[in-house]
Amino acid sequence: MKHWKNALATILLFTGIGLAQAADPIKIGSFLTVTGPASFLGDPELKTLQMYVEELNAKGGVKGRKLELIHYDTGGNAKDAVNFVKRLIKNDNVDLLVGGTTTGDTMAVIPDVEKEGIPFISLAGAVEIIEPVKKWVFKTPHTDRMAVARIFGDLRKRGLTKVALITGDGGFDKSGHAQILKLAPEYGITLVADESYGNKDTDMTTQLTKIRAAGAEAIINFGLGQAPAIVTKNIKQLGINLPLYQSHGVASKSFIDLAGDAAEGVRLPAAALVVAEQLPDADPQKPILLAYKNKYEAKHGPVSTFGGHAYDGLMIAVAAIERAGGTDRAKIRDQIENTKGFIGTAGVFNMTPQDHMGLTLDAFKLVEIRNGDWKIVD
Amino acid sequence: MPEQLFQFLVTGITVGSLYALVGLGFALIYNASDVVNFAQGEFVMLGAMAAIALLSAGLPLPLAAVVATLATVAVGLLLERFAIEPAAGASVVATIIITIGAAIFLRGVALLLWGKDFHSLPPFSGDAPIRLGGATVLPQSLWVLGATVLLVIVVRTFFNRTLLGKALLACAFNRTAAQAVGINVKVMLRLAYGLSAGLGALAGILIAPITFSSYEAGVMLGLKGFSAAIVGGIGNPMGAVAGGLLLGVLEVLGAGLVSSGYKDAIAFVFVLMVLFFEPTGLFGHKVAERV
Repeated sequence: MKHWKNALATILLFTGIGLAQAADPIKIGSFLTVTGPASFLGDPELKTLQMYVEELNAKGGVKGRKLELIHYDTGGNAKDAVNFVKRLIKNDNVDLLVGGTTTGDTMAVIPDVEKEGIPFISLAGAVEIIEPVKKWVFKTPHTDRMAVARIFGDLRKRGLTKVALITGDGGFDKSGHAQILKLAPEYGITLVADESYGNKDTDMTTQLTKIRAAGAEAIINFGLGQAPAIVTKNIKQLGINLPLYQSHGVASKSFIDLAGDAAEGVRLPAAALVVAEQLPDADPQKPILLAYKNKYEAKHGPVSTFGGHAYDGLMIAVAAIERAGGTDRAKIRDQIENTKGFIGTAGVFNMTPQDHMGLTLDAFKLVEIRNGDWKIVD
Repeated sequence: MPEQLFQFLVTGITVGSLYALVGLGFALIYNASDVVNFAQGEFVMLGAMAAIALLSAGLPLPLAAVVATLATVAVGLLLERFAIEPAAGASVVATIIITIGAAIFLRGVALLLWGKDFHSLPPFSGDAPIRLGGATVLPQSLWVLGATVLLVIVVRTFFNRTLLGKALLACAFNRTAAQAVGINVKVMLRLAYGLSAGLGALAGILIAPITFSSYEAGVMLGLKGFSAAIVGGIGNPMGAVAGGLLLGVLEVLGAGLVSSGYKDAIAFVFVLMVLFFEPTGLFGHKVAERV
């Protein structure tokens, strides 16, 4: 009886494997921060990947093969990210990786990715992911350096050179702060004040009082969450009449809701997804943006740029697999690097062996808040 | 510079009054049971979030505030009945740990109910800044200051002048003796939790237009309020106010005169110094504690 059961189990196991081999799906490995503090990034990313893998499969898959998404939640823990990536490569035998919500997770797995030689499209922001260029590593989101360059470009255009800086104490804030210090001389910008606050602080009038006395011509606030909204309100409270620039970190409706009237006139760089409806009809990005936005919002509620990065990553990977004609890792890698004129939600991607992101500065739109809504100014 | 200094002081007092208002809520439960209620910050958050939700559901602001406060009182009573009361007779430390658990639970519920986003409440009387000499202050900050003064007087009178307040104090002092003279300790405890939940909710509603609120807003507010309460001497409502204002002014002067990066460090070093030299706080009653 026992032997009989074992035999049956063995048969089932083998036929199971046999069936899997016959279907032979293309395996996409993913590791995202779906829970934890960065879940507002990872959650829309995972939803986007699942939604589009399903859609692609409904259309018959890629090259006649179904896609299979294998995902692990890192919870924002870089150690877990490393373990999951090892498992994805060695046990799940995935063909490529699309994931890595945070810069921390992404940077931690790069040594394994490079050693194993597997194509990896990261969804994290920092410029250090692709600079210096790593053979197998690509990324789709804009970098904070691009955001800073966009702000500085606008300052130059308005003839403002003396700038006061106020940033929070989070990773995003600090990375932006470093880029601002680095790029300022290039654009001929002088920083006359450099203040900081805790991201959970409830009042920044002290720092702003110091800024008021510093003789600045404009204020830049680089941060995430509710703190930039408090800064914006405090500036109005103190009656400081200087142009205020925020980062792409607050390019969401909730910032306008929180800051209220004080947000009027604030300028910031934002991904085109935020202002999709306002783009001219001739803009090649517009149909892509609206299609993604409508599809996402029909199922999951308000769209975010972060989910868009996952869309870009998945679609670049799929296009590369199609061009490579199969799942040979080296060929997929070469084809990702060969991505030209791909229109995604973040902009138009033109990758090269020197540039593993492929976006230019115009991928960011410079927007101003007018009457409680975004208005493209550049 | 003097003008800047004046703005720093004004800001310090407005920030400090937020801490004082939250710190005040710790006094009631501590006075009734010697327990520091680490869910106090969550009461503050619940009051604010419930008021925001009711307001967006179409209720006028005063009604939303009243209903939110009553709802939070109900949560406080439920917490006492189903988490604290079953553990009657447990040590103070065990009860404190139960309140930490309750805080995590309440945060989780708020996350499920209202999501992760920050929400804001409209200010009670506009947000046109009021000029005071060279400094500016928001009308909402005056609301907070005024409410703090009023609530301190109410809480102080309650403990010093009313029979009920004295009965509450008696429960903390000696539960058995209190019972012996006919005080219903169980009812007193429920009263303490209900009242401090209400006090927390009021604080939350008053400060939400300034600080915004989210499911985890209670963590930071609770911590700062707790610091204010222990600096001033926990259990003493006047102490919480003095502690809060001191903490606020120190933070702001630290940020304004030294460096904004060190402001929390400066404030917390001060808290440590106070606890080192005056373990019962600046205004705490000096009683011999049996350990």
